[in-house]
Amino acid sequence: MSKEKLESNLIRTVKSLEKAHEVCGKKLEDKFSGKDGKRHIVICGGTGCMSSDSKVIYETLCKLIEEKGLQDKVTANMVGCFGFCSQGPFVKIFPEDTLYRLVKVKDCERIIEEDIINGKVIEDLLYEDPNTHEKITRQDDINFYKKQKRIALYGCGTINPEDLDEALGYDGLKALKKALSMTPEQVIEEMSKSGLRGRGGAGFPTAKKWAFAAAQKSDVKYIICNGDEGDPGAFMDRSILEGNPVAVIEGMMIAGYAIGATQGYFYIRAEYPIACERIKIAIREMEERGLLGDNILGSGFSFRLGLRYGAGAFVCGEETALLNSIEGKRGMPRPKPPFPAVSGLFGKPTVINNVETLANIPYIMRVGAEEYAKIGTEGSKGTKVFALGGKVKNVGLVEVPMGTTLRTLIYDIGGGITNDKKFQAIQTGGPSGGCLTISELDVPIDYDSLIRAGSMMGSGGAIVMDEDNCMVDVAKFYMQFICDESCGKCSQCRIGTKRLLEILEKITSGNGTMKDLDDMEELAKSITVGALCGLGQTAGNPVLSTLHKFRDVYVRHIVDKKCDAGVCKDLLEYKIDPEKCKKCSMCARNCPTSAITGVPGKEPYKIDPTKCIKCGTCITVCHFGAVHKE
Amino acid sequence: MQLRKEAVEVVVQICDRYKDEPSPLMLILSDVQKEYGYIPMEVQQIISAKTGIPVSEIYGVVTFYNFFSLEPKGKYVIGVCVGTACYVKGGQNVLDKFAELLKIKPGQTTEDGLFSIDNVRCLGACGIAPAVSINGKVYPKVELSKVGSIIQEYRTIEQKAMEA
Repeated sequence: MSKEKLESNLIRTVKSLEKAHEVCGKKLEDKFSGKDGKRHIVICGGTGCMSSDSKVIYETLCKLIEEKGLQDKVTANMVGCFGFCSQGPFVKIFPEDTLYRLVKVKDCERIIEEDIINGKVIEDLLYEDPNTHEKITRQDDINFYKKQKRIALYGCGTINPEDLDEALGYDGLKALKKALSMTPEQVIEEMSKSGLRGRGGAGFPTAKKWAFAAAQKSDVKYIICNGDEGDPGAFMDRSILEGNPVAVIEGMMIAGYAIGATQGYFYIRAEYPIACERIKIAIREMEERGLLGDNILGSGFSFRLGLRYGAGAFVCGEETALLNSIEGKRGMPRPKPPFPAVSGLFGKPTVINNVETLANIPYIMRVGAEEYAKIGTEGSKGTKVFALGGKVKNVGLVEVPMGTTLRTLIYDIGGGITNDKKFQAIQTGGPSGGCLTISELDVPIDYDSLIRAGSMMGSGGAIVMDEDNCMVDVAKFYMQFICDESCGKCSQCRIGTKRLLEILEKITSGNGTMKDLDDMEELAKSITVGALCGLGQTAGNPVLSTLHKFRDVYVRHIVDKKCDAGVCKDLLEYKIDPEKCKKCSMCARNCPTSAITGVPGKEPYKIDPTKCIKCGTCITVCHFGAVHKE
Repeated sequence: MQLRKEAVEVVVQICDRYKDEPSPLMLILSDVQKEYGYIPMEVQQIISAKTGIPVSEIYGVVTFYNFFSLEPKGKYVIGVCVGTACYVKGGQNVLDKFAELLKIKPGQTTEDGLFSIDNVRCLGACGIAPAVSINGKVYPKVELSKVGSIIQEYRTIEQKAMEA
C-alpha cells in the first residue's frame, strides 16, 4: 500500500470511523442486495468445510471466473463458519441468497455455467428437508436455522473475516465507539444491566469480574481472551474466531477500556491454526489503520494486543493455569484467592473472558443492555451457542436463546435421532458436565436449570446418545480423558481419577461389585472437595451423573454381566449358530485359546465361554457367518 | 549429540525473535517444535543460556505440554497393536519384524526421519488381528511376510515425491 493510501485509510477519529461505517456499510449492503450490479459467491471457510476442500472450491471458482471473463459480473470470497457442518461445504450466492450444500470441486463448473451464467438454480445442490423432501433455496427457510438467534455468531458465514472493511460494514466497532463516549463506570453498569454471564462454563457474571478488576489500583492491567477450547466436541469458540475475529477484538477493547487495561492477550489452542491466522490478520490490519495502539479514536484510550498459543493441555482452559501458561510455566492452576482480578498475569489485575462472552459484548453495547436482557430467562440472559453432535441428524453449531428446551434443540433444530433410533441421553458440559435423560427433555437451557437437572452449561458441547451407547462406557471415556489431562498438582485429582477409571474398567470388564458403586460415589465426591481447580472439582461428574441417572445400567453390568448396548466387549458372549455352522473346524483351528470344540463334518462347533477371550478371530475366519456376539 | 552449527544458529535466532517479550519461553518452544519436530536436551540448554531460564524449568515445561516432544517422530508413525487379541495372533512378532527391518526399537525413529514405531494398546480392531495403523490408516491381518511390502509402500511414495 502506498503511503498516501495508508494515510487515507487511517481511522484515528470518531468522524473517520463514522465515515468508514457509512462507506463500508453501503458497499456491503449493495453486495447483499445486488445494487452494485454484481453477483457474489461466498464459500464457507470454517475448519470443517476446509477439510472437505472448500479452499479448493474457492480457488476453482476464482479460476473459472477469470477464464470465462466474468470478473466484472461476479466475485468470490471465503467467509466464516455456516454452522451446519454435516451439510458442508457451503456455497452461497448473493443477491438471490441461494444456498448450495455438500458442494464438491467438480460442481464448480456447473455453479458458474448454470447458475451464474444462465441464472438457473441447481436443484440437486439445494438442501432437502429430510421429512418433507422439499428442496429449500434460502438458508433462513431451513429448519436448522429457523429457531436460532445469532448474536455471538453475528457475521459468521456472512462477512469476509480477513477484510476489516467488511467487518466495519457489518456494525464492527460501532459498540467501541459508543463505549468510548461513556465513562468506564457506565460501561460496567451497562454490562451489569445486560445480565451477561461467562460463556466458558461457570457462568460468573461478566460485569462483576470487570468491576473487581476496575476497582484495583495498578499501573498495568491485562485483559485476556480465553480461546483454549478443550472440551472434546465443542468448537464454537473456534468458529467465532474464524468467522468474525474483529467482534472478539472489539469485545476485548471494550473490556480493556472498562477496567483500565492497555494490554490484551489472546490465548488460543495451537490446534486451531486457521483461527490464529485470522486473529493475526485482524490485529495487523487494525494496527495499520490506527485502531489498535495509542490514543484510539482520539479518546486517550490506548490498547495493544498480543497472541499466545496453547500447547495441548486441557487444564490451561482453567484461568489460573492459563495465566501460568502465558507466563511460560507449566500450566498448573494457582490457589484462589488471590483472584486474577486482583493478582493475575505477572501479578497484575487481570480479567479473563471466554471468546463467546467477548463476542456478545459488541451486540450488548450496540443494541443496549435493556434490549439484550429481553432475550433469555430470569437468571440467564441472551443466547448460547451449542456444538450439537453425536447421534443427531443435523450436526453443527447452533445458537439459541436461553430458555430453549432440549427437545427443541434435539428434535426441531437437530432434526431428531439418526436412523430414528431411541433417544437415551444428551451429555452437556463436556467432561465436567453430566447427562440428561428422556424425562428431562423439556428442561429449559439456562445455567441454573441445567445445574438443577444434574448437568451444567459448560462451554456448550451437546452430545446426543441413542440406545446403542453404553452409559458406563461413556463415563469411562470421559474419565480416561480427565485422567490423561489432570495436571498432577492435587493428589485427590491425580490419584482419584485414576482409581475411578480403574473401577470403571473393572465394571465394564464384568468384575464389578455393588460395593464399587458406593466406593465410586464417595471417591468422586472427595475429589470434588479436595481439588484446587475447576477441572478437579468437576472430575467426578461423569461418574456421579451417570450413577444417578443410569444406576440400572451399572447394576446390569455388575449383577447380570450384560451390556445391553453391546458396547462393553468383555460382557459380550460369542456364539455359534448350529444351523449355519458347516462343521468345517476353521474357527476351532484358529482359536488362540482352544475354546471351540466340535467334530469336523459331524457336530456343529461350540464356544466354551470360560475359555473364550473374545478376540473375534472366529468371526473373522468363519466363511458362513455362523459366529455372532450377543 | 552434537548440534549442527546452523541448527544452533536457528535456535539462537528464535530466542532473539522474542527477546522483548515478558515471557518468551512458550513462544520459543513452539517455534523450535515447529522448526525441528522436537526439542532435545541440547536445544533446551541453548535456550537456557540465551534466556537465563534454568534448564530444569524448561524441561518441566517441555514435558508438561503434549505439543512438545523430546524425541523426533517420523513422517510415518507406525502403531503396532499389542492388545490381547493381536498379541496372541502374533502382534509382538509383527512389532519385532518392523523393528528388525527398520533397524530401530519401538519408540524410536529411523535416521532418515521417515518412520517411527510405537506399540499401541488395543486399536479396537481385534477381529482383524494383528492390526497395524500407519498415520491413521489401519492395515488388517498383517502377516510377517507383509511387513516388508508395507514399509516399501511408503518408501515408494517418498521416492515418487522426490522424483517429482
